[in-house]
Amino acid sequence: MDYLNNIDLDSIKIIDKSEYPTKGIKKDKVTNDIDNLFKELNIHDGAVVSFHHHLRNGDSVTNLIMKHIQKLGIKDITLVASSLFPTNKELIPLLKDGTIKNIVTSYISGELGEAISQGELKGYIIMQSHGGRARSILNGEIEIDVAFIASPSSDNKGNISGVNGINSCGTLGYAIADSMMAKKVVAVTDSLVEYPNYPADITEDYVDHILLVDSIGLKSGIVSGTTMITKDPIGLKIAKDTLKVMEASGLLKDGFSFQSGAGGISLAVTSFLREYMIENNLKGSFASGGITGYLTDMLEEGLFDALFDVQCFDLQAIESLKKNPNHLRMSASQYGNPEVSTVVDNLDIVILGATEIDTNFNVNVTTGSHGMLMGGSGGHQDTAAGSKLSIIVSKLFSSRIPLIKDRVDVITTPGSTVDVLVTERGICVNPLRQDLIEKFKEAKLNVVDINELKAYSEKIMGVAKPIEKTERVIGFSEYRDGRIIDYIYEVKR
Amino acid sequence: MHETKITKMAKAGSVESNDILVMISPGEGKIDLEIESVVYNQYGDDIRKTILDTLQEEGVTDAKVIVKDKGALDFTIRARVKACVKRGSEQDEL
Repeated sequence: MDYLNNIDLDSIKIIDKSEYPTKGIKKDKVTNDIDNLFKELNIHDGAVVSFHHHLRNGDSVTNLIMKHIQKLGIKDITLVASSLFPTNKELIPLLKDGTIKNIVTSYISGELGEAISQGELKGYIIMQSHGGRARSILNGEIEIDVAFIASPSSDNKGNISGVNGINSCGTLGYAIADSMMAKKVVAVTDSLVEYPNYPADITEDYVDHILLVDSIGLKSGIVSGTTMITKDPIGLKIAKDTLKVMEASGLLKDGFSFQSGAGGISLAVTSFLREYMIENNLKGSFASGGITGYLTDMLEEGLFDALFDVQCFDLQAIESLKKNPNHLRMSASQYGNPEVSTVVDNLDIVILGATEIDTNFNVNVTTGSHGMLMGGSGGHQDTAAGSKLSIIVSKLFSSRIPLIKDRVDVITTPGSTVDVLVTERGICVNPLRQDLIEKFKEAKLNVVDINELKAYSEKIMGVAKPIEKTERVIGFSEYRDGRIIDYIYEVKR
Repeated sequence: MHETKITKMAKAGSVESNDILVMISPGEGKIDLEIESVVYNQYGDDIRKTILDTLQEEGVTDAKVIVKDKGALDFTIRARVKACVKRGSEQDEL
């Protein structure tokens, strides 16, 4: 500390009595005047603004604020949104008129993604993982000028809680890095509550302004279409086989940890795992990720010691977060920031989806079968890298959309971190995991070579024409450590 | 080869995932085929060929055919086209 090591006694000035502080009242943080607030924020051309997506498709804060920025005529904004949903199609005109120049996100679905794939964005889109996003904000790679935090509730000093308010969405894990690092933090809320608001996900010392609006969105939009167990017998077969894979791996023992997504097959795996744990009197350490009611039931039944929750996927999860002390809030950094100690590094098994997988086990969840942006890593990269066993579950035959390719359209997650693929027609093991191949053969699982499974699928479905792309790069698939793992190209119209 | 005359409108199949809805009606002297498919970019030519081949096998040379495909495999497409032709060429029972 230079301050202490270089003290020059002669230069020290003692406060004169006339300059003693008064017991001042700090400036009121609350306003409902968005025009005045923006004068104070002084957002300039080329500024970086950020948003979180805990209200998912029910969020209206991102559209509201971005449209105000458009109204003020500010251009070339870099939009750092943790995810974007169909509701954000309202932002398409802002791409065209140059309000938004670049986008940094971890997931995008709906017409906005299609517009970007068709070349409407003037700058670039960077697709990050959840952990990679937290890393890039915390290490200063991305400098946010203003973070607008959709706040289900806030008191007049800016203690933000995700479990109070009419639009309570639960944990605010994706907004933590933004609140810590942005030059200015604005809590946008429709529910101003008495001080102190608790438990606070983000505390007042990180919040500069509180903007009171009529509505931050609709809580009902949190529940996306994917949070139901599949009823499809093929999906259920895949889930059953996945449980066999988990058992054969030897990882299912007391104290194990587990994560699965909220897709129909993944949820079915969770449901079969629950039965298996009860039957075998097995107790796990933790489950993590986006949390659903299926997992909070297991917590309350004592099947897991704790849940690490970065995002509540349904209303039951929000209720559990409120009442269960072992239902833990987790920031995106604690979840998967590759530069620090994280939960994914303690994860035994993760169940993930895939839009496409190639014969080198690279996975695409970024673009859809038409080659347009329709997804993103979310925690895919982070959990695949951190877990001892990463399992991709997917139907081989699903509406004639080919699953296995020679090369995926966009690499989201590198094959070097993907261990197993489970389909209804067989289980493929990454050749890097010879240890698993031996265990699975011993357990008499239907292990098949991924090249053979691809050939079989093409025999039944035919060979798909490749997706047509232009030469123009519109963005990048970024690996969680900040390196670029693939280009994203504009599609041919 | 036998010829099958389409005498009335008929349909077969559904717009569920992995299925195809085939609709047939009397034509204007030739096969008039309209395809809508979720995998048109990947398999449009294959789907067209499968439908035209099946119509030929069934002896249909004059029909308007509209299909809405939700990713059906070849054998499903063939089955739906055949069923549709059968329904569209049956004589009404008196």
